[in-house]
Amino acid sequence: MANFYTDTPQFRHYLQHPLMKRIVELKERNYADSETCDYAPMDFEDAMDSYNKVLEVVGEICGEIIEPNAEAVDQSGPTVSSGRVTYAAPTQENLDALNKAELMGMGLARKYGGLNFPMVPYMMSADIVSRADASFQNIWMLQDCGETIYEFADQAQKDKYLPRIVKGETMSMDLTEPDAGSDLQAVMLKASFNEKENQWYLNGVKRFITNGDADIHLVLARSEEGTKDARGLSMFIYDKNSGGVNVRRIENKMGIKGAPTCELVFKNAKAELVGTRRMGLIKYVMSLMNGARLGIMAQSVGLSEAATREAYKYALERRQFGNAIIEFPPVYEMLANMRAKTDATRALLYETCRFVDLYKTLEDISRERKLTPEERNEMKFYSRLADAFTPLGKGMSSEYANQNAYDAIQVHGGSGFMKDYKCERLYRDARITNIYEGTTQLQVIAAIRHVTTGTYLQQIKEYAAMPVVPELESLKRDLANMAVNYEKMTEAVTSTKDTDYLDFHARRLVESAAHIIMGHLLLQDANKDQELFRRSAEVYIHYGEIEVMKNWHFISKSRIEDLGYYKQVIDE
Amino acid sequence: MTFNIIVLAKQVPDTRNVGKDAMKADGTVNRAALPAIFNPEDLNAMEQALDIKDRFPGSKITVLTMGPGRAAEILREGLFRGADDGILLTDRAFAGADTLATSYALSMAIRKIGKFDIIISGRQAIDGDTAQVGPQVAEKLGIPQITYAENIEKIKGRKITVKRRLENGVEVVECPLPVVITVNGTARACRPRNAKLLLKYKHAKTVTERQTENIDYIDIYNSRPYLNLTEWSVEDVEADKVQCGLSGSPTKVKKIENVVFQAKESRQLTDDDVDIEELMKELIDSHTIG
Repeated sequence: MANFYTDTPQFRHYLQHPLMKRIVELKERNYADSETCDYAPMDFEDAMDSYNKVLEVVGEICGEIIEPNAEAVDQSGPTVSSGRVTYAAPTQENLDALNKAELMGMGLARKYGGLNFPMVPYMMSADIVSRADASFQNIWMLQDCGETIYEFADQAQKDKYLPRIVKGETMSMDLTEPDAGSDLQAVMLKASFNEKENQWYLNGVKRFITNGDADIHLVLARSEEGTKDARGLSMFIYDKNSGGVNVRRIENKMGIKGAPTCELVFKNAKAELVGTRRMGLIKYVMSLMNGARLGIMAQSVGLSEAATREAYKYALERRQFGNAIIEFPPVYEMLANMRAKTDATRALLYETCRFVDLYKTLEDISRERKLTPEERNEMKFYSRLADAFTPLGKGMSSEYANQNAYDAIQVHGGSGFMKDYKCERLYRDARITNIYEGTTQLQVIAAIRHVTTGTYLQQIKEYAAMPVVPELESLKRDLANMAVNYEKMTEAVTSTKDTDYLDFHARRLVESAAHIIMGHLLLQDANKDQELFRRSAEVYIHYGEIEVMKNWHFISKSRIEDLGYYKQVIDE
Repeated sequence: MTFNIIVLAKQVPDTRNVGKDAMKADGTVNRAALPAIFNPEDLNAMEQALDIKDRFPGSKITVLTMGPGRAAEILREGLFRGADDGILLTDRAFAGADTLATSYALSMAIRKIGKFDIIISGRQAIDGDTAQVGPQVAEKLGIPQITYAENIEKIKGRKITVKRRLENGVEVVECPLPVVITVNGTARACRPRNAKLLLKYKHAKTVTERQTENIDYIDIYNSRPYLNLTEWSVEDVEADKVQCGLSGSPTKVKKIENVVFQAKESRQLTDDDVDIEELMKELIDSHTIG
């Protein structure tokens, strides 16, 4: 019996993080639900036991059903006919299994039928599902749009839609258009209000919409005629039951082929406004995207896990020159780096989840009662950290998922280039992770202000103040040296006060911060469990140290006027 | 229309994943070294029961198991998947039972339950592989039986239609209720545990478990009666002690042999058609295949 939760002890380790106590206490409002709801936990230990048990079920479904289906899903994929999408049969089987197990709406409140899980165990499920089938993770993870309805829709909309999500109705977020990709301010899909009917109507085209034939859509549309920027955009719910949206085509993609990517035509589609007009992009999409980025981070980590395991398994079996190839230093170095990158981004994923949990839960409590001044400060503190860590983690984990999938093929040699091995699917599936929900280049833009304002450095100092056992002291010194280089390069870049120069080096700065942060997280993990994390901590910190050094070396030699050489290349 | 369904399930050692310490020196199964699991074909039976409940909402599923105290785990596993109730038949007097004594004890428990339309179990358990208990329960209750079932096709009025998987094909049979059905491993796999039921029933315990284990939440067994798992003894089901356990078992194990497979001779064959055909003939002649 394959179980993708129990075979990865890192999950239990992160469930036991000391901050979980505070997270669960807030999330469960001192366990008040246990009076009225038969599946609510009675105390902290009971809640932790519940997460553990439910994750065991997720791990079993992923190991026994979703992963064995993944190859067939990739080969058959969804189809479209008369404007409607049909999933590949095994995709539908996956959905049915998760529905029967009532694993939809994991993060939603119990009054809507959800499990009220914090982000940490919820994203663990996403991580596990992605390891089994990254394309299916897309469809499953879109239930997260429910969070946006919960936060911004009115009570009637919440009562109408949230229980449906819990019962397994699928979702999509309809943002992208042919001329509005990274630049969502250019969205043109028209929302017009019919005063007589007191009804909004949507008209236009959306493109590249993942799971575009979903039951419930969140749609970004231009509600203010004549406007051209973000301030003219509002958020709407489109219910497939009302009709008016057809799927014109589904894209033939390189990877994540099980998830239908649709071009949608809205023809007088009835829709409901969410929240306030004009706040669509400015407020709601930003929140939606942050949630989605966390989901892609989990997808990336799951893919990295799958790639690492495939490579490791093959390297143990494959014999050349009389030995298993895992015996050869160039191969085992690759494998060690893959494991280290996977563990490093997983550490960053759950650290980010904890920050998101703390600020989101406090924010949610603030809708019920006034927060104390201490709670307000706590919320602000973690909100800032979540804001800083989300783009950092999305960028790094998706880049590493690609690198790990690439290395998995390299370990397989010629066989990896054939369609016979799983690693080629992982390679194709990973390729989108550093593109959608904001390319890595856009993640860097979101992250760079936390370099210049010192959020990362402050947090690095917090980590550096945590004690470690004597045998890990040398790693801690390495991290201290990396931080010195990071401070030097930050100073060198920001002191020029040249925005182009800052943008040019932004990725180097952000990645350097990421190496140090992930190094510290692994060091703390190793401090608690050397057997599980020491190897990855050693390997990753050595890897990161050189990367930071490289970045510092490049920046120390880089003059503002050098940018001209790069620009000239573009002009040609 | 609703039905009362009893699922007969057994906790068995997981003989599918046998390690080197699976056998004791005397050749008997070392149960302590093997994880205890829900007998696989009983899970197929469970799915058939759940499917009836899906089709006829309001139907009631009771899981009945006989075994030591720890077999209560089987009842919880049933509840996590959608059963309504669980009964553990446990008593020292039941120990050492062969299939005859087991079916006697189970039939007495079923009589005590009283209301039943469909009794369903796996074809056989992976620890004994006898496939006798289901049919014997039917005989003791004096009701019809359908063995090797693969799917319950339909239930109309008091008639059930079942597809059977036989050696050379399938057979569809119709039978009046009540009935005993034993289900093949070729039937649909059981659905996963349901997250909400898992959280609802995870603290469900038998009286013995509550007395012997360190239980964290005492009060909930009063406020949530569904967390109390029923436990029945020989007296509770009014069984004749002589017909139970070892004394009620005519089967006596004479000797247990530990069979170790090993290659006695090896031959090299080419992938030539003639060689392959020769090998096929030989395997058919020796009844290894065919």
